[in-house]
Amino acid sequence: MSRQHIPLITELPLVIWLVIVWGALWQDFGPGNLVFGAVIAYAVVNFFYLPPVELTGRFNVLWVVPFLGRFLLQLVTASVEVFWLAVSKGPKLRNAVVAVELRSHSDFLVTATGHALSLIPGSLVLEVDRSTSTLYLHCLNVASEEDAEVIRRDVRATEAWLIRIMGTRADFAALRAEEALP
Amino acid sequence: MTIVIYVVGGILSVAAVLALYRAVRGPSILDRVLALDVVLAIIGAGLVVSMVANRHLDNLILLVAISLIGFIGSVTVARFVTDRK
Amino acid sequence: MLQDVVVSVLLIAGALMSLAAGVGLVRFPDLLSRMHAATKPQVLGLLLFLLALAVENGTWLLVPLLVLCWVFQLLTSPVSAHMVGRAGYRTRHLRRDLLTLDELDDVVARAAGEGAPEDRRPPRQGGHPGRAVPRGDSGVPEA
Repeated sequence: MSRQHIPLITELPLVIWLVIVWGALWQDFGPGNLVFGAVIAYAVVNFFYLPPVELTGRFNVLWVVPFLGRFLLQLVTASVEVFWLAVSKGPKLRNAVVAVELRSHSDFLVTATGHALSLIPGSLVLEVDRSTSTLYLHCLNVASEEDAEVIRRDVRATEAWLIRIMGTRADFAALRAEEALP
Repeated sequence: MTIVIYVVGGILSVAAVLALYRAVRGPSILDRVLALDVVLAIIGAGLVVSMVANRHLDNLILLVAISLIGFIGSVTVARFVTDRK
Repeated sequence: MLQDVVVSVLLIAGALMSLAAGVGLVRFPDLLSRMHAATKPQVLGLLLFLLALAVENGTWLLVPLLVLCWVFQLLTSPVSAHMVGRAGYRTRHLRRDLLTLDELDDVVARAAGEGAPEDRRPPRQGGHPGRAVPRGDSGVPEA
């Protein structure tokens, strides 16, 4: 197995994440434990080689809090709604498979968007087309084309939030330009 | 608090019975896997209830392990189903 | 006292999420709708239970581990949901007559047409008894 050398800076987010996991598992964030965890994390990252995930090089913490709030709100409302559908409609339910084309072509961002959507009950990613970055979603309780349009707008709004948090600079600029339009 | 624990236990039991009904009934293997995933989530909930009721934290690592590897079974079955066609 | 009330509310809400999943599993008509019901105890239910545990315990040292537990669940459960959903769609474990719109059908049909055309038959496996409603070609709304 030939492995090309990966610069430390691309591995750094992964190492930091592993150190946090280590500290949380031991429930001990003392400096000694963290240093030991860092050594182990570095060894693990180098021994168990994985192709590096291409991050986008931007991360804006300020947008994370409102995004999390929106996500939790959606989570709660969608959960209650699905519960209500299960009780009231049950077998008489109408669904749809909706295709949504995303703006970004970064694999990382498409994955993040798909994850966020799948976690919310009521939408589920069935298939991803990487070449056009299109998500195919299975959605509950879609009775008409208007409902599907609402879902499409919603998905693109979720993606816009993620672009604001960690999209590439080009995507972010494109989003800005799109928002500037009337 | 004791009453709450009993109520929660009752609700979880009903949920587990419903999920097991779907696991037994099928009709496809994917339905069964899905239902057993839900049963696993309910077991995790039961672990938390036990921790709250008895005021200990022994099950916590078990809970982390469940949430980490719980998906392996369904991924394996899904893979198998897709390949076989 | 207040702590007990909060813990009780969180526990009961979390248990209701599991119950909702159970009811959904039994009452929804096909595999893919049931999957939506199954997501709930895994995400929101677990969150409520972990919050209850944190409130009951009251130490900050526990919080990173609980967050970790939830994050692991957030990372893994969409993966399994996607795999199961994809397998379900590919092997036709869904009720076409319940879809108002299907924009994936043409894409899959085109891809399958290059490989094995006989792939488009309805499932033989003891799928959904009765009501095998023949279906139009593309995503024409039926309702």
